[in-house]
Amino acid sequence: MNHSRLLLLGAEAVAQGAIDAGLSGVYAYPGTPSTEITEYIQRSAPARQSGIRSAWSANEKTAYEAALGMSYAGKRSLVCMKHVGLNVAADAFMNSAITGVNGGLVLAVADDPSMHSSQNEQDSRVYGRFAMVPVLEPASQQELYDAMFHAFELSEAVRLPVIMRMTTRLSHSRAGVELKASLEQNPLNAEYAPGRFVLMPQNARVQYRHLLDLQPMLEALSESSFLNQPVEGHGPLGIIAFGVGYNYAMEARKAHGIECRLLKIGQYPLPRTQVNELFEACSEVLVVEEGYPVYEELFRSYFGSAKVRGRMDGTLPRDGELTTDLVAAALGVKPPETATTPEIVVGRPPELCKGCGHRDMFDAINIAIKENADHHVFSDIGCYTLGALAPYNAIHTCVDMGAAITMAKGAADAGLRPAVCVIGDSTFAHSGMTGLLDAVNDRTPVTVIIADNDTTAMTGGQCSSASGSKLVKICIGLGVEEAHIRTIVPLRQHLHENVSVLRDEFAYNGVSVVIAQRECIETVAKKKRRAAASAQ
Amino acid sequence: MQKNIILAGVGGQGILSIAAVIDWAALHEGLNIRQAEVHGMSQRGGAVQSHLRISDQELFADLIGLGTADLILSVEPLEALRYLPYLAPDGRVVTSLDPFVNMTSYPPMEEIEAELGKTGHPVLVHAADLAKDAGSARASNMVMLGAGAPFTGIAPSKLEAGIEALFGTKGQEVVDINIRAFRKGLQLSNT
Repeated sequence: MNHSRLLLLGAEAVAQGAIDAGLSGVYAYPGTPSTEITEYIQRSAPARQSGIRSAWSANEKTAYEAALGMSYAGKRSLVCMKHVGLNVAADAFMNSAITGVNGGLVLAVADDPSMHSSQNEQDSRVYGRFAMVPVLEPASQQELYDAMFHAFELSEAVRLPVIMRMTTRLSHSRAGVELKASLEQNPLNAEYAPGRFVLMPQNARVQYRHLLDLQPMLEALSESSFLNQPVEGHGPLGIIAFGVGYNYAMEARKAHGIECRLLKIGQYPLPRTQVNELFEACSEVLVVEEGYPVYEELFRSYFGSAKVRGRMDGTLPRDGELTTDLVAAALGVKPPETATTPEIVVGRPPELCKGCGHRDMFDAINIAIKENADHHVFSDIGCYTLGALAPYNAIHTCVDMGAAITMAKGAADAGLRPAVCVIGDSTFAHSGMTGLLDAVNDRTPVTVIIADNDTTAMTGGQCSSASGSKLVKICIGLGVEEAHIRTIVPLRQHLHENVSVLRDEFAYNGVSVVIAQRECIETVAKKKRRAAASAQ
Repeated sequence: MQKNIILAGVGGQGILSIAAVIDWAALHEGLNIRQAEVHGMSQRGGAVQSHLRISDQELFADLIGLGTADLILSVEPLEALRYLPYLAPDGRVVTSLDPFVNMTSYPPMEEIEAELGKTGHPVLVHAADLAKDAGSARASNMVMLGAGAPFTGIAPSKLEAGIEALFGTKGQEVVDINIRAFRKGLQLSNT
């Protein structure tokens, strides 16, 4: 019996690994499936005792820059986000590959193939290639934990940020994890290095050349990484399995007695020698990538398409996450005969909670907007996105964080009246403020409805960077006229009054903000439970 | 020993507490565990499931393969049917008969029971009633854990220890209610 194992989600294994590897601060904006990394550090008593900084950031870009600043000062920092969050942080990320780092900087990014909770399934390994920095992609919770020590060491050794890439399945799956002895934090050690950190062209050219010169060493480090391992086998068929693709390939091999050669990949850039060996030994190689066929495409040009099987020739599906069954089928295994799901089993999509303030807000919006011939409502990312579904069908766009306001502005510029948008308090703080400033500067006739439930609800109720009176002050500060900053309380008994406020502001020929303010019922319930527990 | 278990329900019904108890017991038995769960958007009243795998050998995949689940343990009858393609030929379905109706097209219970009847020897449980008998309707997930217990490969006493560990911080009364609920489910399954 082994009691030293902790049962951890993949995301939590990243967090525990970071804490034990001498982390000084984590920076993040919540986003499924990455949220639990930061939450774990916030809850961890040892992290608190050692003063690890862990509050939420306003967005992924501010998070990344703060992590880079902590690294500049010599300490180990972690920055966490979902895959689309890296688009927000991309400016800072790409340029941090040019400056390089001092203290170890690890970017933990969680991709969401199959789009369980996302708008796309972009593959963050492409960002790794784009920035030319090392990417680690462990296959198990234990590997994630162990790889965090490795990631910080690697980051400090090559003085580059290191990406820890995982996907939904590993991030949100639990397994027993054995812990190692923890390391001390780095001392404060800020260095004057304007030649690296002032990216004026003459410095940037030198630094970029240095990044290019580092590439052979990064490849050599991949050759000796514990994350890249061949698995014994024989026969003309080989598998190259990346990240959790390895798990499905191993499971399929075991279940169906397939004993082919396999190369497990968990560190990039690719170990060229190991890859060459596999392709030389096999007449056909199945490429198992969880995400885009990033490397399959390269293999097809390098080794010739005839030899390569994978997502691009239909051996595996082009989109969606992998499973053991998909990999087994790609290896020629006949699918098992199973029961089918009975026809009476209808879908059960998610919905706004019973009693949620957004329900009353959408009721009011629907009445007021339908008095107009054009009733488009631009919206954004959060629980209120569920307002797109029946019975509300109240919003008509959801593209990226903050786009509600700016798309409404552009549509207003095109002549659409009224131009109405709905954005949450946390999303407004994340990326809405600058768009509102554009509208104010341009005197664009838009009505911005801020659904203020005082939390980041969809990801589980994290602290919002701006809600309540702070929102009002921000809107005043950005130049919205005070007479057109209205606060309503979305409750059934206020429906008539709320419709009237919305009607007035939709008709106003300028920038107006309506803040629909009511706390998330989930966070209210959570507070009550906590109060009851502490009263015992 | 290896068991593949699908836990099914609707977001907010407490399947993760069932998973946590089995996980705790399996961890203390020195077994390997992989337990994939659903976070994010679907948790808001949508269909949720957890793939739980326990074994005395190395496990690789976090997901269960089609036709290989030894047990589908569901806290909602329609949700039990959703995952039938995962059920092994000799696998068992253990489900609550308490419907969670949050959509207009919810099928009639007779049709659901007829489909459940086709799965061999399903264990059908009036979980809410048994939970109320045990002291709280909120413990119906522990009734279902009890009903599923004989098919998990873990001794009921170890699962009870898991319940004590999981609910211990909420006071002895909560522990007692959940243990009673667990035993009511177990008794039903054993008779």
